[in-house]
Amino acid sequence: MRSATISVLVENESGVLARVIGLFSGRGYNIDSLTVAPVERDGSKSRITIVTQGTEMVIEQIKAQLDRLVPVYKVLDLTEGPHLSRELALIKVLGTGEKRAEALRLADAFRARVIDATTESFTFELTGATDKLDAFLDLMRPVGLAEVSRTGVAAIARGVGTIE
Amino acid sequence: MDGTIQAAEMMNSGAEAILRALKAQGVDTIFGYPGGAVLPIYDAIFQQNEIRHILVRHEQAAVHAAEGYARSTGKVGCVLVTSGPGATNAVTGLVDALMDSVPLVCLTGQVPTHLIGNDAFQEADTTGITRPATKHNYLVKRADDLVRVIHEAFHVARTGRPGPVVVDLPKDILIGPAPYREPAHVQHRSYRPRTEPDPRRIEEAVALLKRARRPVVYAGGGIINAGPEASRLLAEFVRMTGFPCTNTLMALGAFPASDGQFLGMLGMHGTYEANWAMHDCDVMLNIGARFDDRVTGRLNAFSPGSKKIHVDIDPSNVNKSVAVDVAVIGDALAVLKALIAAWKQDGTVQDRGALAQWWQQIDVWRSKNSLRYTQSRDTGAIIKPQYAIEQLYKATRGRDTYVTTEVGQHQMWAAQYFKFEKPNHWMTSGGLGTMGYGLPAAMGVQVAHPDALVIDIAGEASILMNIQEMGTLAQYRLPVKIFILNNRYMGMVRQWQELLHGSRYSQSYSEALPDFVKLAESFHAVGLRAEKVDDLDRVIAEMLAVDKPVIADICVDEKENVFPMIPSGAPHNEMLLGPEHKGHDKPGVTDAGMALV
Ligand SMILES: Cc1ncc(C[n+]2csc(CCOP(=O)(O)OP(=O)(O)O)c2C)c(N)n1
Ligand SMILES: [Mg+2]
Repeated sequence: MRSATISVLVENESGVLARVIGLFSGRGYNIDSLTVAPVERDGSKSRITIVTQGTEMVIEQIKAQLDRLVPVYKVLDLTEGPHLSRELALIKVLGTGEKRAEALRLADAFRARVIDATTESFTFELTGATDKLDAFLDLMRPVGLAEVSRTGVAAIARGVGTIE
Repeated sequence: MDGTIQAAEMMNSGAEAILRALKAQGVDTIFGYPGGAVLPIYDAIFQQNEIRHILVRHEQAAVHAAEGYARSTGKVGCVLVTSGPGATNAVTGLVDALMDSVPLVCLTGQVPTHLIGNDAFQEADTTGITRPATKHNYLVKRADDLVRVIHEAFHVARTGRPGPVVVDLPKDILIGPAPYREPAHVQHRSYRPRTEPDPRRIEEAVALLKRARRPVVYAGGGIINAGPEASRLLAEFVRMTGFPCTNTLMALGAFPASDGQFLGMLGMHGTYEANWAMHDCDVMLNIGARFDDRVTGRLNAFSPGSKKIHVDIDPSNVNKSVAVDVAVIGDALAVLKALIAAWKQDGTVQDRGALAQWWQQIDVWRSKNSLRYTQSRDTGAIIKPQYAIEQLYKATRGRDTYVTTEVGQHQMWAAQYFKFEKPNHWMTSGGLGTMGYGLPAAMGVQVAHPDALVIDIAGEASILMNIQEMGTLAQYRLPVKIFILNNRYMGMVRQWQELLHGSRYSQSYSEALPDFVKLAESFHAVGLRAEKVDDLDRVIAEMLAVDKPVIADICVDEKENVFPMIPSGAPHNEMLLGPEHKGHDKPGVTDAGMALV
């Protein structure tokens, strides 16, 4: 088993996300994370980033199945080379007194920004690799973690190479 | 799709624009059924004569008929159904075509765009429902896109690995004016199937094949989809190499059954020699087949000692269930051309001695005569289903005969005992295994080949699933012959219950059957019945002599089973042979095997 981060460049038409998701549910593949947004200036293409897990054979299948979809331009397995993955999380922490101060100290160590505050709460914004976000959330739990909203992973290859 | 930039011509209605696009795509026949949402298209059909509409009696049958039409001609089949129930009735046919890679375009009516999502009368989320049932589908929301989408649908259906495409058409788009453009040259923006193989893979394949001591060619439906020339080249390649060749259920006819190098069909009900050759080979060349579970049996015991070469147009078929050594992505025709050229170029000398030894081994397997059965010739003896197929085959030899089937034991006996020499003459539901396929498929074949002999080899249970199409046969004077192997059981179900479920025949007896002779007559067809072996040849002769649709009710042995059989989850070398073969034992089916279908 391995984890794979796959970028899929698709025609930005209605139903394309449903095709991708239907493929995963219909064939019993995992989705750990899935993000999508238009990436072309005219909005004609979108990029879907999927984090999935499987044996080498299953991951090859996933890529081939994605590539077979009519509105798919390109499938790129970023895990085959050096690449960058980032996720953004908005994290609400409730508390007063010493817990509140501790929350701020931890946020500082992780370079999380405070984007909203009341006398009983902070909302942090944190960007980073998935494991960094996970670590931050683990630490925040005893300090008053109340709510999380995560974007899922966006990823890109290192160096000069591009998906097209 | 780029390249449709010529000036557009305004058409009075979307419906007219569609018909013009269909004609430009070479459509001469539509199989369909009307309803409110598609009335504008029916009106446009009424006002022209180039495209013939065949009115079926159920939308599922329209799709199977289009499949029969497509598979017997190599052209794209065309279907037209209304919104809601029309579209949902078509779904089984679409999945059937998807599984068996049959090129179809299915036009479905839809409620007007402003009502979509309102639970309007006869609204269904057709693109949602058919997304996993098609190769691709479209909902046309703007008149400007209409003609481009129709042209594109045909392109997608026909190219790469063929398949069904749905175009969902809201009624306002059909009524309002729409621009028409010719399909110029179709270049899809994101869809670019690969057809030419990588020459390096061809070299690797030939290097393995030249050194093979125990080779086998395992050919699948991809050869048929690549056109008749691919079948011709397959025969050329097999003959120049001296290799044995086996065909999948889908590929029967791709290699001539009468050829000495043919091992017969392989798989669950394949011949002893085909399955043993697959198991013991050292190099396997799979062209256009997909290592289906009916073929491989238990995966971890599948052809354990061989190097495997897999030729497929669909990269997702490669390394899906069976890991292969050389993957050649491309169209079977292009690959066969390249293989033949590379075989001639490669200087390596084949080990003919080893090959001769391999053939000796194969002859030992062949001498088992795994399709043997005994037919008593006593007066009044009961007809064996295998014998009925053999007699039917003998009586039709030399004629241009197309055979379709339903699903069950009769389908397997047809595959085993009817011999096909040419591609495109055998249509059966392989991937989905759809009872009710055969009659409408035969209808589609007969429409495409009005003068040919078209036979649906049927079971008494399956035939009832689309029996309403007898009406269509009568209306269009389609002289399809329905040859029912009537064993009064859902025989294939009964066989599994006998072998795997302690002979508890739960719900598999065909109770309260109709009188098929009277049924035929009430549909303006001819009904015949053979009850004993003495009747058989006469009934077949009468059936073939009539220029009308016929139902021949052939009463056969109720307890006959299909052999050889590789039980689910068993390896090829644990094949069961029929009662004719001494030492025939009960299947060693594991718990895991019991869970398989
Ligand atoms: C639509 C559909 N429903 C159920 C099945 C499962 N099934 C496979 S074979 C079979 C029995 C077919 O009986 P019959 O047509 O009499 O053929 P026989 O096996 O007796 O030759 C059934 C129920 C199927 N293949 N298709
Ligand atoms: Mg039966």
